[in-house]
Amino acid sequence: MGDTKDAPLLAMQGICKNFPGVKALDRVDFQLWPGEVHALVGENGAGKSTLIKILAGVYSMDSGRTLIEGKPVDINSPRQASNYGISVVHQEFTLVPQMTVAENIMLSDMPSRPGLRFLVDKKVMMSRARQILDDLGVDISVSSPVRSLTVAEQQIVEVAKALSRKTRILVMDEPTAALSNVEVERLFKVIQTLVSKGIAVVYISHKLDEIFRISDRLTVLRDGRVISSSPISRLTRNEVVKQMVGRELTGMYDKPKADIGKPVMEVRDLLLNPMGQGISFTVHEGEVLGIAGLMGAGQIQLARALFGIERIYGGEVILRGKPMKISSPSKAVRTGIGLVTENRKEEGLVQLLSVSKNITLTVLDNVSHMGVLSSRAEAGIVADKIDELDIKTPSPKQVVMNLSGGNQQKVVLAKWLAVDPDVMIMCEPTRGIDVGAKAEIYRLIGEMACNGKAVLLISSEIPEVVGMSDKVVVMHSGKVVGELTGAECTQEAVMRLATGGSAVGA
Amino acid sequence: MEPRSFIDVLRRFGMAFILLAMIIALSFMNPRFFTISNFLTIMRQVAINGALAAGMTMVILTGGIDLSVGGTVALAGCFAAGALHATGNSWLAVLVALGVGLMIGSVNGFFVSYTKLPPFIVTLATLALARGFTLVYTEGRPLLVDAPLFDMIGGGFVAGIPVPVLIVAVVYVVVGFVLNQTKFGRLVYAIGGNEQACKLSGINVERNKMLVYVWCGFLAGLSSVILTSRLLSAQPTAGTGYELDAIAAVILGGTSLSGGEGGVRGTLVGAFIIGVLANGLNLLNVSPFYQDVAKGAVILAAVLMDKAFHSTADSK
Repeated sequence: MGDTKDAPLLAMQGICKNFPGVKALDRVDFQLWPGEVHALVGENGAGKSTLIKILAGVYSMDSGRTLIEGKPVDINSPRQASNYGISVVHQEFTLVPQMTVAENIMLSDMPSRPGLRFLVDKKVMMSRARQILDDLGVDISVSSPVRSLTVAEQQIVEVAKALSRKTRILVMDEPTAALSNVEVERLFKVIQTLVSKGIAVVYISHKLDEIFRISDRLTVLRDGRVISSSPISRLTRNEVVKQMVGRELTGMYDKPKADIGKPVMEVRDLLLNPMGQGISFTVHEGEVLGIAGLMGAGQIQLARALFGIERIYGGEVILRGKPMKISSPSKAVRTGIGLVTENRKEEGLVQLLSVSKNITLTVLDNVSHMGVLSSRAEAGIVADKIDELDIKTPSPKQVVMNLSGGNQQKVVLAKWLAVDPDVMIMCEPTRGIDVGAKAEIYRLIGEMACNGKAVLLISSEIPEVVGMSDKVVVMHSGKVVGELTGAECTQEAVMRLATGGSAVGA
Repeated sequence: MEPRSFIDVLRRFGMAFILLAMIIALSFMNPRFFTISNFLTIMRQVAINGALAAGMTMVILTGGIDLSVGGTVALAGCFAAGALHATGNSWLAVLVALGVGLMIGSVNGFFVSYTKLPPFIVTLATLALARGFTLVYTEGRPLLVDAPLFDMIGGGFVAGIPVPVLIVAVVYVVVGFVLNQTKFGRLVYAIGGNEQACKLSGINVERNKMLVYVWCGFLAGLSSVILTSRLLSAQPTAGTGYELDAIAAVILGGTSLSGGEGGVRGTLVGAFIIGVLANGLNLLNVSPFYQDVAKGAVILAAVLMDKAFHSTADSK
């Protein structure tokens, strides 16, 4: 399939996009032919989603151009993208759960009775929706509310919704992240149906085995550049893994040697869901234990379970030799666990409050006497932490919202360093911050280890986990699939495990 | 924190300027307005809404709302009157009023915090409950309150200042202190700013949210004591619409309905804007029917102006 003599359906040429401090896309070329499945792979932060957002009209490019069937086009809004026949099925669905399948599919273009434009013609709506689903070869009742469907069915409704408009290019972002094997098969059938109708599919995924099954062509992005773009038949899994992880481990990850001491937290057969597989590992004083996995592999859920936010279905957590039931975040904090959440904005900081008030949020008991705050005690702690972490803020009274991402992240760390927990769980601690701030976060992780803390570094950035950790536990689809230390702990080994392969190259 | 520019000054003191402008305008329009006795009247009138609005500020700062305060005022007053009739002990009557406030506040707080029901719905229900119990208890008839203590609270002066005004002054000093100087107050702002972040910082969000409603209920009880003392009777329909005046004062005072931003100082200004407006319109012989129209218009205009100040300040 694919290569025809004519111009490609879509050609993106020399696309550049800068964000403050980051070159997200650097002269990226991307071509798409009708009737092909084109896989787009790369580590987190490689630029996949930026490229897709430019295609979908969410972001504008700094330079470069987009051609559709050889003609240059300007895509400045999602609406324009849709007019050009570009649809994106996001990881997070955009369905209205209370409305029926038919209503959701036809939402953007409700059929009305002739002459009565404000009245929805339910019969036509249902029959058109049914037609689309039939064409996809799936059997979903158009009159049931979307919330009664399984995740996989909702995904297909999402695809059907895209098809209700004239879609020529369908982008699917991690479509199988939440699907079971059977459901993946069903989705693949749907994709094959689409392709046979001449629709081009951009398939973004981390799961290489799926990519090798479904795609015709594969493009690897790394650090905002295209590393390779070729027919899948010319590639092997190992080559793709090598191209994805080719980033150098720079000196950024150097950390002082910490003495690894007694076990602090032992996790035994922890069940994150009733049918799951037990997770076990131990983290010691002075140790940085990396938990690697691609986004959605269960590592964030694990962190939340250890911090008492998410339910545990079995197994135990032993802290300093004593079994502990961590039923709530406040219990977790009292037993000496800190959690740097993956979302600074939603869960890490109170954006409206000052740097100072955010830092002392975890230690209000220490800076108050009988409930009355002591501004002196507070100022003391805050000044210490601002100094220790080198937080760049004009004043401790500055509202945290006005700081850069990197400095905000340091405020989150400061908040936890003020509590001085034994175990520090850090989820994606360098997400969305610039290189300089990253280096400083790494320095702080090193310092924490030197001070005898146990650090759980949870990250989907493989160089970071490999570079910083003494030991790496790799997760894939909610399971621990390997534990790597020393020389065997390479980026490639971690990537192979994280994408569902074995540690040693096949 | 020093105001740096004209816009910053406007932003911080915008409502105070509006209040000042109203006072100046009314002084020119009616000679009886700018007199000490009229100011004492205004303050006495503002006292009741002021006490309610102080509690409402705390609730709104957490991102909640309390629609039940008007009903609480009525129920607390009638139970207090009942207690007075039964025992003749006016101090006990005052305690009963405060107790009713505490109780309704606790019920609100419990349901909002521990069952995660939306505060709008919970307090709408307790408003109906309080109103209903009041009518059941009084059979729709007002109860006379005749005791020296109530005379003193309603009509007495200390050092030339009306007692209700003194009470509310104390309320504002205390609530201001609690919000700005205590751990609980800090958490009120933090929870309103980002409840999830607070929870994940190990804070007992439920307990603190519950407490906020307890405070609000207590202040509604106190408000009821003042109202009952001013009327020397407990009216079953007392406090109708008071929740809306309290909310209006809070919003005029610059506290964000989504929580996390604002404070009790602004609320006091907001309560005075409403009080001065009502007083001024009375003096100008405007029909009470038009007064509500004017109140609505002023609230809308003031909030729009405030929003304009904010967006100018944000966009720089």
